[in-house]
Amino acid sequence: MFRYVANRLLLAIPTLIGVAVITFFVLRVLPGDIVEAKLRGDGTTVTADVIERERARLGLDKPRSEQFVDWMKGLARLDLGNSMWTGRPVIEEVGARFEITFQIALMATLIGCFIAIPLGTLAALHRGTWIDTAVRVFAVAGLAVPSFWLGMLIILAMLWSIGTLPPLTFTPIWQNPAANLWQLIWPALAVGYRFAAVLTRIVRSSLLEVLGEDYIRTARAKGVIESVIVRRHALRNALLPAVTVIGLEFAFLLGGLVVTEQVFSLNGLGKLFVQSVARHDFTLIQGMVMLFATFYIVTNLVIDLVYAALDPRVRYQ
Amino acid sequence: MTDTTLRPAKRSSWLRNPVVDFCIKQPAGMVALLVLLVMMFAGVFAEYIAPYDPVRNNLASMLQPPSWKHLLGTDPFGRDILSRIIYGARTALIIGLSSAFVGCTIGAIIGAASAYFGGKIDNAIQRCIDLMLSFPLIVLALVVVAVLGRWLVFGIDINLILAIAIPIIPQVARVIRSSALVIRNLPYVDAARIAGYSNTRIVLRHMIPNLMAPYLIMLTAYIAQAILLEAVLSFLGLGVAEPVPAWGLMLSGSASDFFEEAPWIVIFPGLAISLAVFAFNLLGDALRDWLDPKFKS
Amino acid sequence: MTERRHTPAAAVARDALGSPTIGEAVVAGERGPASAASAQPLLSVDDLHVNFATDIVTVRAVEGFSLQVSPGEIVALVGESGSGKSVSAHSIMRLLPRTGRIPRGRIMFEGRDLLALPEEQMRDVRGREIAMIFQEPMTSLNPVLPIGLQIIEPLQFHLGMTAQQANARAAELLRLVGISDPEQRLKQYPHQFSGGMRQRVMIAIGLACNPKLIIADEPTTALDVTIQAQILELMKSLSRDLGIALIIITHNLGIVARYAHRVVVMYSGRVVEQGDADAMFHRPRHPYTMGLLRSVPRLDRPRTGQLETIEGLPPSAADQLPGCRFAPRCPFHLPACDTPPPLAPTDTGGLSACIRMQDIAAGKLAWKRADAATWSDTPEETQQPVISVRGLTKHFPVKTGLLARTHQVRAVEDVNFAVGPGETLGLVGESGCGKSTVGRLILRLENPTMGSIEFGGRNLADMSRAELKAMRRKIQAVFQDPYSSLNPRMTTGQIIAEPLKVYGISSSDAAARERVTSLLSEVGLRPETAERYPHQLSGGQRQRVGIARALAIEPEFIVCDEAVSALDVSIQGQIVNLLESLQRKRGLSYLFIAHDLAVVRHISSRIVVMYLGRVMETADRDELCERPLHPYTKLLLDAAPIPDPKVEKERAPRLIKGELPSPLAPPTGCVFHTRCPIATAECRADIPALREIRPGHTVACIKV
Repeated sequence: MFRYVANRLLLAIPTLIGVAVITFFVLRVLPGDIVEAKLRGDGTTVTADVIERERARLGLDKPRSEQFVDWMKGLARLDLGNSMWTGRPVIEEVGARFEITFQIALMATLIGCFIAIPLGTLAALHRGTWIDTAVRVFAVAGLAVPSFWLGMLIILAMLWSIGTLPPLTFTPIWQNPAANLWQLIWPALAVGYRFAAVLTRIVRSSLLEVLGEDYIRTARAKGVIESVIVRRHALRNALLPAVTVIGLEFAFLLGGLVVTEQVFSLNGLGKLFVQSVARHDFTLIQGMVMLFATFYIVTNLVIDLVYAALDPRVRYQ
Repeated sequence: MTDTTLRPAKRSSWLRNPVVDFCIKQPAGMVALLVLLVMMFAGVFAEYIAPYDPVRNNLASMLQPPSWKHLLGTDPFGRDILSRIIYGARTALIIGLSSAFVGCTIGAIIGAASAYFGGKIDNAIQRCIDLMLSFPLIVLALVVVAVLGRWLVFGIDINLILAIAIPIIPQVARVIRSSALVIRNLPYVDAARIAGYSNTRIVLRHMIPNLMAPYLIMLTAYIAQAILLEAVLSFLGLGVAEPVPAWGLMLSGSASDFFEEAPWIVIFPGLAISLAVFAFNLLGDALRDWLDPKFKS
Repeated sequence: MTERRHTPAAAVARDALGSPTIGEAVVAGERGPASAASAQPLLSVDDLHVNFATDIVTVRAVEGFSLQVSPGEIVALVGESGSGKSVSAHSIMRLLPRTGRIPRGRIMFEGRDLLALPEEQMRDVRGREIAMIFQEPMTSLNPVLPIGLQIIEPLQFHLGMTAQQANARAAELLRLVGISDPEQRLKQYPHQFSGGMRQRVMIAIGLACNPKLIIADEPTTALDVTIQAQILELMKSLSRDLGIALIIITHNLGIVARYAHRVVVMYSGRVVEQGDADAMFHRPRHPYTMGLLRSVPRLDRPRTGQLETIEGLPPSAADQLPGCRFAPRCPFHLPACDTPPPLAPTDTGGLSACIRMQDIAAGKLAWKRADAATWSDTPEETQQPVISVRGLTKHFPVKTGLLARTHQVRAVEDVNFAVGPGETLGLVGESGCGKSTVGRLILRLENPTMGSIEFGGRNLADMSRAELKAMRRKIQAVFQDPYSSLNPRMTTGQIIAEPLKVYGISSSDAAARERVTSLLSEVGLRPETAERYPHQLSGGQRQRVGIARALAIEPEFIVCDEAVSALDVSIQGQIVNLLESLQRKRGLSYLFIAHDLAVVRHISSRIVVMYLGRVMETADRDELCERPLHPYTKLLLDAAPIPDPKVEKERAPRLIKGELPSPLAPPTGCVFHTRCPIATAECRADIPALREIRPGHTVACIKV
């Protein structure tokens, strides 16, 4: 088992290197220049050698290959460099915002699972009835509604019903759980609805497929009660594909909360990413992309391990 | 020699028309199809249907609630929302359809080729797909848009279409590849190889036609995704630019400042997006159900 | 019936895994429960009708099914696909799918009508009084639950046992069905068991609560013939020792002859004949039964000219024919057959649904004899072989486990044979023997690791893709699965015309169409078939299209890879006859790959027997079947039951020992020695070479 994990992590390295290379060179092709934007952006006039000095300070005057080597060396030391815009280390910039995004993603995932698994099961067991149709409409609607628009609707609903808006300042959960949850539950719901929709469909179709399998027929022939068949025999098999989806969606959420954060005025990773793209803040963009990619790979590994824990066919060769 | 009997083909030729058959067997799909036809009609004939000019500012009548004069109200620049939604259908459909089509077709070709050739080529392509999938969807689209800038052809932003198509390619390639792998191991493909046919013939004549079903289903699903993605990008200011009417655009910028006082400026464009995506997803589902039993022996 | 208490089932089961003959038990044991006639029937099905409601039409799957089973009796339910035998059995357990309806009928079990029971009480019956065993052992067990849990479940539900008691009983059950080391095995998962072992586990689950009746739906169809014999012997001895009645559903008449006391024959949803096994096999009283018995090739009789067949196709479930459903195919039908025939008693003590049964009894109606052999089927040894295989070897790299270590599977190892012009070489063996891989190697769908394939003076194994293309025209194939061997998106005409176009055999579209029509008629299909898509044809028709496709290219040599294995018995004969007549007409040579020794013997001139990738024996077909030399061949011949109860009673078949070794780690020396009844220490040492013991008869065994 340990060897398997080590093996997978080793295999991940070429992928990460590939991501690093692509990101680096693609960004350098971007038109526009961060120094210009930063120093001349608000209309002030600056002399050319101030610009040159700033470029030298940021290391932008060196040839590309040298910049690349510098960066790769930094990566090997797990040093992601400093943001070109603010000058603070990338890790610090990201760290401050990571908490919000991560918490929303986690809450959305939990909401999604708690809604989707019972609903999907219900729809599969009552296939063809109005319950099934209702759940399917719910699910398709969830796929169709843009989560940021849903966020707007939630804000409107809050305004009309309670008269207040969701709070804007962030309090970490250990400081003040109530305030923290009160702020983050709304974006989590907006995103969680979509998560629930995707998952419901998968749970439903997976369970339907499993219920048609031969071993379910064997269980019925043994005289087992239907509820035990669903719980013990069917769900354990049906949820296996769902595990993969849950993991992947969670990973995607981290990068995909961009717009929702904007709607709810949250200072999260998404907002940071958009800002850094607009500002051509290379180191920050590169650092964040590497983080996203690493996270994705780690998530995949976790999914595989969970799968192995649940499915004996994978565990015992 | 025994003369084996044939059972006569029963149904009349009119009923065998696939479109009619689809509508009969999948009423939900038929509804979706109608909705989409209405949408396309609106997009094509926008000039004749829309009551007002969608781009001309008219600050005198800004932020008006829905009334008989402006059925869906006006936005912060005084533009009629209904007209902008009708014109927005054109944008959504053009960008959604083309990017999904480009992405799905390229993805399908890559997936099918990867499965057919197998071996080293397959492994190499698999690695590339995995690499592309390591980037979150939006990140990829954002980066592509930022890098490519804008490239307008007949008023359509080709780079935006590419930006949406590119993240779609690896996802489609992966799914089509697994379907193609199944087909490749079926005896009739073996029979084609034994008969000495060229690889081209085998892929085009024997594999691709049998991949049409998953391809069409993915196409409808990704048209829906593409429309959503376009809305997201426009919302972020990286998609379609003002003053071109686009549903996502209608939700961003000044709209986000004013929507608490004038909710109609976001409700209706959002509904339009949802309806379009909903209809495409429903169509995809209905297509999948319709194609399923027939192609399962 | 005197119960053989001094031969407990466990010992018998162990014998099944050892080698001594079960024959003694068969001969000495009672044939049929003597007290059956006087006892109340355990199960009595009365006029059962089952429908399936689909969108288009209501399908009448079963009409008027009636059956009696006495305690301890073994009843065989026989029929081909679409006969309704499976549906009837599922109805007894009330396990029909949602679309199933039972509009009429009664199922009396121990005095209660099962159809009238509320679902709760029916659940009590299922698994406790009546148990069911299904066809596919590979998918009938839950892959994520340990075996122990799956066996314990009914014990806890029905008998209220504690976990400890249930586990003890589960171990006992595993021992009963012949699985060694049961305490360990209980913790394992289904994928760690082979097909035969999984079926034993299914039997253990069935036995758990001591049911009075076990229904086995094609329990051995998915298993190799030697494993089949083990499982069926086990079931028979358990039935005898524990007094459990058995309903075996099968299409294999040999199994019926060897094991059943009574037989029920079904056709297209109706019972056509019922009765004592002995009586029915020798004095059938329904034309379908007669036809079925005649169309099965038999290993104990000399080969006749052609296989006798039942003409035509079974009706589809949607066709609602009035009257006797067999009439369109019946050579004896009269206009009176248009009214539904009743099930009436025959002179042999059974029932028959044929209005002409008295004529049959009087011997006035005889099935048409097939043409006697008019061609010489002994190959002339002097001619150059069409294809000659030497030292053919294929190893597959396989990754196993989470760590993806690469192992080599030795699929084919050092195979030699030759096929002469106009000759058929039969290649026989069970799963894992490599026969299919040999076929694929010859067709160059796989590349050989070593060895040569001489064809037309060139070595196929060396050729590049371009050189192969020229050779491709001469070698073609017919595949096993009629459903997936034709492109579902092309019409039959397009499928057959494709090679004509690609190779320019037909110069124009019109010429191609003509050629397609003539090919279709050559394989016995009407010209209109060219417009149809494969899903509109039956299995037999699709197989004919596959043959036409192979012929279109004008080959010299055809590889038939299990070409008839997936077809119904009555259709198999048609296709075999077709293949033979085509061979005569066109001078084709065949490599006929199959696992059914009787069919192989009928069509081949010479036979090669393979086991775990190697050739065990090669001989003339009659020589092999009448005077086999290799122990494995003998076991194969023993295991295949012959459709004749009298003959079966006289046989003392031996059972093969143990399980097939994993191809990743084949035994050293002779690959068969782990299961061979006469193996000694020397057999482990060296791989035996193929030696010619008699002219034309080679064996790879040092003990011969």
